[in-house]
Amino acid sequence: MHQRLLPFAVAFVLAGCGNPTADGPKGPTALRKVAPNELRAPSDFASIEDTRERSRALFLEASRVFTHPRCVNCHPNGDIPHQGMNMQLHDPPSVRGPDNHGVVGMECTSCHQDKNQELSRVPGAPHWALAPIEMAWVGKSPRQICEQIKDPKRNGGKALAAIVEHNAHDALVGWGWHPGADREPVPGTQEQFGAIVAAWAESGAECPAEGARP
Amino acid sequence: MSVRIRVNGVEKTLDVDPEMPLLWALRDVLGLTGTKYGCGQALCGACTVHLDGQVVRACVTPVRRADGHAVTTIEGLAPEGSHPLQRAWVELGVPQCGFCQAGQIMTAAALLKAKPKPSDDEIDQSMAGNLCRCGAYPRIRAAIRKAAGMPEGER
Ligand code: FES
Ligand code: FES
Repeated sequence: MHQRLLPFAVAFVLAGCGNPTADGPKGPTALRKVAPNELRAPSDFASIEDTRERSRALFLEASRVFTHPRCVNCHPNGDIPHQGMNMQLHDPPSVRGPDNHGVVGMECTSCHQDKNQELSRVPGAPHWALAPIEMAWVGKSPRQICEQIKDPKRNGGKALAAIVEHNAHDALVGWGWHPGADREPVPGTQEQFGAIVAAWAESGAECPAEGARP
Repeated sequence: MSVRIRVNGVEKTLDVDPEMPLLWALRDVLGLTGTKYGCGQALCGACTVHLDGQVVRACVTPVRRADGHAVTTIEGLAPEGSHPLQRAWVELGVPQCGFCQAGQIMTAAALLKAKPKPSDDEIDQSMAGNLCRCGAYPRIRAAIRKAAGMPEGER
């Protein structure tokens, strides 16, 4: 089994054994069923009365985007970007470089343009670059990503409002929904994602339990 | 749309589709055929040129990106082909078929400008996007080292 899937499989088996799902959202089955390419709306979480619990559930919903290969690939935990749904290492071989934009001769923007290139299939968006290493998401759980996102030391010094704004409107973030060619987009729309992240922030920006998965 | 580009020091105005790849504009419109078409997908490096000194793959760069900027191709790297890299290339007989070499030299030139004495790792990282189907890599690295005034090393 692919390594990336392993933690999910483990969580699934544990849940199947009747193990407590810690303080994860109670009865995720109570949430409206959605297709893998859909995102739920904040209103879908209104039935969770406990605010902190609702906040955790909202983050888990957002983590369906955060942990998608389309997003994670450029948040590597090493010095090489990933690519594809199988998260293989970037080919041609490229490295992070001193400022996350590659090295001389192999800058990200030596090849990636400000938008997807249709004929060559090279993906592109404004400011194409790797996320800094302190924002590494590869191999991270939703809780770990949640804590990283809230930590100004690891989020580029952003306050919560700026995080919401960034997720809702940043053009490079938005590429995830418009990846071009035959690439699978992340679920929902950027607008829906922005609404989920905003509702999470408004409800206290709680982080889900370590074992919790969407 | 008309696009204004300073190509090898000369101001050019092109009346072309802004999405036309820069490589097409250079080769088919301006007749600068030193820059090669290999893959057309940013995978081989044969089409490497400089845009304001930065390495870009001309095959995937829309010509609009170069509007108002300076492009340098292999023809404009040095008058008379006298760039230290070009001299080293000739002295060591680097090319086999030669198809990749304009791209190799353009990437190497950007590397040496940024890092006059690159380590072997730095050479490998910067040159990683320039493929050579003839496998001239050891001579390419030796010529870069020679041009940088360092011992050539193995080739
Ligand atoms: S032709 Fe541009 S990288 Fe191959
Ligand atoms: S010399 Fe033939 S491809 Fe490099």
